[in-house]
Amino acid sequence: MTDPTLLELSRLQFAMTAMYHFLFVPLTLGLSVLLAIMESVFVMTGRTIWRDMTKFWGTLFGINFAMGVATGITMEFQFGTNWAYYSHYVGDIFGVPLAIEGLMAFFLEATFVGLFFFGWQRLSRLQHLIVTWLVAIGSNLSALWILIANAWMQNPVGAKFNPDSMRMELQSIGAVIFNPVAQSKFVHTVSAGYVTGAVFVLAISAWFLLKGRHTEFARRSATVAVSFGLASALSVVVLGDESGYTAGQDQKMKIAAIESMWHTEPAPASFMIFGLPDAANRTTNAQIKVPWLLGLIATRSLDKPVPGIFELVADTRIRIENGIPAYTALQSLRADPGNAAARTVLDSHVNDLGYALLLRRYVSNPAQATPAQIDRAAWSTVPSVGWLFWGFRIMVGLGLFFIGLFAYGFFELTRRRIDAQPRFLMLAFWSLPTPWIAAELGWLVAEYGRQPWAIVGVLPTFLAVSPIATTNVVLSLCGFALFYSVLAVIDVFLLVKYIRLGPTEPSRVVHA
Amino acid sequence: MLDFATLKVIWWLLLGVLLIGFAIMDGFDLGVVMLLPFLGRNDSERRIIINTVGPVWEGNQVWLILGGGAIFAAWPALYATSFSGFYPAMLLVLAALIIRPMGITVRSKMPEERWRSIWDWALFISGLVPALVFGVAMCNLLEGVPFSFDSEMRASYAFGLFHLLNPFALLSGLLSIAMLSTHGALYLAIKADEPVAGRARSVARSGALIWTAFYALAGIWLWRSGYGMIITGGAAPGGTPDPLTKSAALSAGAWLKNYQRWPTTMLLPALGLGAPLLVAAFSRIRHRYVAFALSSLGIVGVIGSVGVSLFPFLLPSSSYPASSLTIWDASSSHRTLGIMLIAVIVFLPIVLAYTSWVYYVIRGPVTAGQIQSNPDGNY
Repeated sequence: MTDPTLLELSRLQFAMTAMYHFLFVPLTLGLSVLLAIMESVFVMTGRTIWRDMTKFWGTLFGINFAMGVATGITMEFQFGTNWAYYSHYVGDIFGVPLAIEGLMAFFLEATFVGLFFFGWQRLSRLQHLIVTWLVAIGSNLSALWILIANAWMQNPVGAKFNPDSMRMELQSIGAVIFNPVAQSKFVHTVSAGYVTGAVFVLAISAWFLLKGRHTEFARRSATVAVSFGLASALSVVVLGDESGYTAGQDQKMKIAAIESMWHTEPAPASFMIFGLPDAANRTTNAQIKVPWLLGLIATRSLDKPVPGIFELVADTRIRIENGIPAYTALQSLRADPGNAAARTVLDSHVNDLGYALLLRRYVSNPAQATPAQIDRAAWSTVPSVGWLFWGFRIMVGLGLFFIGLFAYGFFELTRRRIDAQPRFLMLAFWSLPTPWIAAELGWLVAEYGRQPWAIVGVLPTFLAVSPIATTNVVLSLCGFALFYSVLAVIDVFLLVKYIRLGPTEPSRVVHA
Repeated sequence: MLDFATLKVIWWLLLGVLLIGFAIMDGFDLGVVMLLPFLGRNDSERRIIINTVGPVWEGNQVWLILGGGAIFAAWPALYATSFSGFYPAMLLVLAALIIRPMGITVRSKMPEERWRSIWDWALFISGLVPALVFGVAMCNLLEGVPFSFDSEMRASYAFGLFHLLNPFALLSGLLSIAMLSTHGALYLAIKADEPVAGRARSVARSGALIWTAFYALAGIWLWRSGYGMIITGGAAPGGTPDPLTKSAALSAGAWLKNYQRWPTTMLLPALGLGAPLLVAAFSRIRHRYVAFALSSLGIVGVIGSVGVSLFPFLLPSSSYPASSLTIWDASSSHRTLGIMLIAVIVFLPIVLAYTSWVYYVIRGPVTAGQIQSNPDGNY
């Protein structure tokens, strides 16, 4: 059985490094496209202010990009270093999108990002514009393949367990790529990145306008940010709803936890706007509900029920019981691959094998599990209701706020009054951190909500961890915390410095 | 589709291609930053040095990321066991790989001398540590590392960082440092303006000789030590990958047997030994591109010879030889190897094409004048 301290520390390290990495990713996604748009305007109109805009925002993009690259390597290494059993168990499927991401996307963005900075004097205008677009396309393709990999953890389609190699193996690459969860996650995540880029550009432009500096420059930047941001913010919420629909199909437990819905409601289910989840007593207090809404989001119907936590746990208990013969048969097969009877049993119960593995947390041989242990294992599939309930609501609230912010900005823009609106500019400036909060909460809901599974229904997290010395993980965790804090300070310091320098003189210090 | 055994061999070759691609492309970046504090005697020279890799280091680093991803996809058991087994070493490499992008990006963005000096030395370490660790890891493969699997393929390890740092492995680490410094110096000889280029040429000459000497020494050590392992039964090349179905045993001198079996493979150690000698000669007569190509061939020889020696082993277990990972039992499924091969055939030529175009666009040496005239773009 896994050392619980090792498990918790490994999870903490993964969560910390992943959330840190995702401070940089959405800005890269959003800014790369904004840079490409600004430079397109420059090439089409020939007005140099648009090139200056591309260069100024490009400098900030460059600092952020380096941090994204640096912290991204940690993510790829970490599956092997800290989640070795996971890597062995699902590498046959999960490794494929990661490798293709490197080949198809990351090479593209990383190769051309150098030319973006160094190519201004060596390339024609059109060539440079193409380079900028390739960086943006590369970043977005990169997100696509990573999210295909991530979606497979939430909804492991196109794969089958092979007892002879003791792992999951790929059956259909098409099913993995066209996983419905991957499709909606991709669009939702890149749109969130675009919103982040747009809020970033808008907030800093607002600051320039409030200070009365670089007003021509800032007004144009704000115009691009507001228009792009409005479209993106609408897309995030609409496609986030698509995410909800696919989660409703494949991850019913996550939806039930997000809704803190302990019991199935008669269709169509209502959506709880406010409530106080009480996980200890398995109930939710002080509920305020909107009738019909959840049923519409999660099932796109008025007659299908959305199952509650108690009902889902009861289903899980059946699957655990059904998985135990598979586990026992697998043990026989590993000892004697020629055991045809065991192979037949495993084949007929293989879809529930992962559920039997949940018992390994409580008993070393699942075949000897008591009903109480099966009950505990079944209840262990309920993620942390309070975190999911509130994380989701704050994220959605912020999503609606972005639509309002950009819509109002767009309205003001059409009346050409944006720099005469100090209150709006103040609001825009102070909105700067909000897209990051929303994005991090989004990942919290998606990944914390996946627990206790590493791969939903296939491999529990506690079995996925590397069996290494706990002291190693303590040291690396402390190292990451210290190291990443220093990097964050340097990163923010440099960004602030270049923002203060402003667009017309980004080179002053470099000259010194 | 190709049969399973053939695909495993192709993916073994591709593993070599990716590791060699990393060592050649990112290797000169590592070499350049290792030499930074020594070849750049003032701020302007140091900025020239950093800017020789400025437009390309991000792309080069992807060779490592792709290497990691490809090992994950094609050799999941190898990825799982080596990355977790070498945990402290991998974390050191990771720290270095995070410092390097940061250092290159932020170093010249502040005017203070102290700031720049700290980053110069940080960059030096960020080149030295991966070079050392990758060299140390290579030789540990030849020595074998103590690990085993239970029937569920759950690994246990009986080694720590200090087990890895034994004399043979340290020699290999120094070889790796000499090799990549030479390679980086040859890149600087092409891409940097004088006087940095001149200094780089002389470093490359001495570095190449040290490289030859260390490689020869490591070869003798390997021969005298009698490291080696053989498969004694059960591993069908076309079989379902499961390391536990085979048996294997230590066998003195087995790592040199492949050269007798396939004499043409002797070309690889010959390149590892001979190419750096020619590098020393050619960099004297200023054939800079020839010298760089030769050092790339030398890298092919050094890494290739480790691969051929180990074949068909990937990660031998010194404590439980039967748990060793070989190319027949550590690969992905037939289908995954096939799909990944198609992806490589489609995308790798495209990658090589646009990478070449980028090098063409930024051709010519980096001069102090260029850095002054393009302050926005340069590091």
